[in-house]
Amino acid sequence: MSENTIGKKSLEWVDSRFPVVDLFERHLSKYYSPSNINIWYLFGFLLLIVLVMQILTGLWLMMNYTNTAEGAFSSIEYIMRDVDYGWLIRYMHAGGASAFFALIYLHMFRGMMYGSYQKPRELIWVGGWFVYVLLCAEGFTGYVLPWGQMSFWAAQVIISLVGSIPYFGEDLAIWIRGDYIVSGITLSRLFAFHVVLLPILIIAVVFFHILALHEIGSNNPDGIDVKKHTDQDGVPLDAKPFFPYDITHDFYALGVFLIIFCSVIFFFPEGGGYIIEYVNYEPANPLSTPAHIVPSWYYTPFYAMLRAIDFPLFGLTAKFLGFVVMAAGIAIFAALPWLDRSPVKSIKYKGIYSKAFLAGFVISFFVLAYLGSVPPTETKNMLAKVFTFIYFAYFLLMPIYTKFEKCKPVPERVGDPA
Amino acid sequence: MQPKSPPNPGRRKFLTYTTSFLGIIGAFFTAIPFVSAFKPSAKAEAAGAPVKVDLSKLLPGEMMTVEWRGRPVFVVNIPKENTNFITKNLERLADPNMEDPSQPDYAKNDIRSRKEGIAVLTGVCTHLGCAPKYYPDAKPEDFDSNWQGGFFCPCHGSKFDLVGRVYANVPAPTNLVVPPHFFEKDNLLVIGSDGVS
Repeated sequence: MSENTIGKKSLEWVDSRFPVVDLFERHLSKYYSPSNINIWYLFGFLLLIVLVMQILTGLWLMMNYTNTAEGAFSSIEYIMRDVDYGWLIRYMHAGGASAFFALIYLHMFRGMMYGSYQKPRELIWVGGWFVYVLLCAEGFTGYVLPWGQMSFWAAQVIISLVGSIPYFGEDLAIWIRGDYIVSGITLSRLFAFHVVLLPILIIAVVFFHILALHEIGSNNPDGIDVKKHTDQDGVPLDAKPFFPYDITHDFYALGVFLIIFCSVIFFFPEGGGYIIEYVNYEPANPLSTPAHIVPSWYYTPFYAMLRAIDFPLFGLTAKFLGFVVMAAGIAIFAALPWLDRSPVKSIKYKGIYSKAFLAGFVISFFVLAYLGSVPPTETKNMLAKVFTFIYFAYFLLMPIYTKFEKCKPVPERVGDPA
Repeated sequence: MQPKSPPNPGRRKFLTYTTSFLGIIGAFFTAIPFVSAFKPSAKAEAAGAPVKVDLSKLLPGEMMTVEWRGRPVFVVNIPKENTNFITKNLERLADPNMEDPSQPDYAKNDIRSRKEGIAVLTGVCTHLGCAPKYYPDAKPEDFDSNWQGGFFCPCHGSKFDLVGRVYANVPAPTNLVVPPHFFEKDNLLVIGSDGVS
């Protein structure tokens, strides 16, 4: 009894100085999510958990890592062999990077499928897109740190992309490298970005992303606005509080995720060369390019686009054009809210063209991912061109096909017959 | 309570603008050390001195890789019987006459070098900086059924002939760069300097 009073009094003491109760209610116990959300709505929570895991394991790795060209490779081997459980922490971090991308791609696809980017959630979508871009930079800078052959040549290829910018590109590339070639100087600055700058930005933008979401509320598979029908207290009828309902589902999903994740890091830590590439077990050698350079699997669709552009156009070199197309492939996601002119949100009620183009997009994403991970041949290059075209057609033709196609009526409330 | 408006609003506005303007100039100058610290340091710049290479052991058909400024430089001894490829295959090349200034003027000739039969090329693909592989023999290869000998970049499939001229319709935009070089003696190549001509 008395303990309860002490607990209550302490809470009151804190609450009159910092709004704990208000924050808990606003973001958890009185934050309502639609009652019809499904399995696709679990990935945001899982991404948050993976972010925390990456920060923790990254912090521990940093304690034993050396950020010099001479010491980096052997410090990774030291972590793997001599530090107690160092291998586990490293595998968690490397596997965590792959998990991060797998989950963020599923999370993005959910948004595309159910029109979660549409008004009034444009800024949530753009914020999330920015997290993805930062994550790509974080993944790249982290990939360089072990200073193996793939680390070195990936840095060489990616920084050279900047060099293709007309007029000042070459100077800009030297400025970024801090040297005429990728060297220990480059490694050291990429390390600084990887452990300080980019994590701070990612945490800040994730915070913004969640804040913006909690202002508007989640979309749902039917694209119904659940805030239209509320009880006398303003609580949406077709929704339930995040705490304790959704969070229970989320933790169940976390259990399933951890079973899969642990199976990978314990039994297939290199993921058949997809999580950690075998060539990266050779120390960086600036004088010899590995026979077959592949980026991590999560960049391969964009890498395939880069390779597909092998012709100059409008007075621009093939190299610069490839860079532009690759960057556009990532950037164009941000424009989705303004490309979609459909009166309905969810793919369930959109017309046949939206369904066909979304299917085309998914297929081209997978085909490009495959093509980007295998050595180039003439046939494969031709295929990459075709699927790059389909990929962009999904976005660029969207204002036309979403405007003219016939949509199904959206039910007024969750559970109503369509 | 609403604060009183200043007695002279125009003066207040002027001071706000001038202060902001000086603040922006200050921010600009503050950025200079941060931007400059990103440039190659004095030590990195000093690492770019010329290197000398003894070619007496380089047999016809062989290639050696020399490091200059941290980049690979390919030195190829092109055998006599292969030199006719260099003049035969021109229609498949993007820039056979070397209009692009990717070589010093003294190397703007059929062999792109200062000495008959010796090619000196920076081994960095002009696409994205990988090191191209040396495939000297004219025979069908996986990447080209009508291969005439030269360099093939494994990263993105760019192709170059034996003296580093790029094929048309590959990702690389220009020929392989010929670094500044000269022959101090008959078999002593210096890479990284034009020498005294």
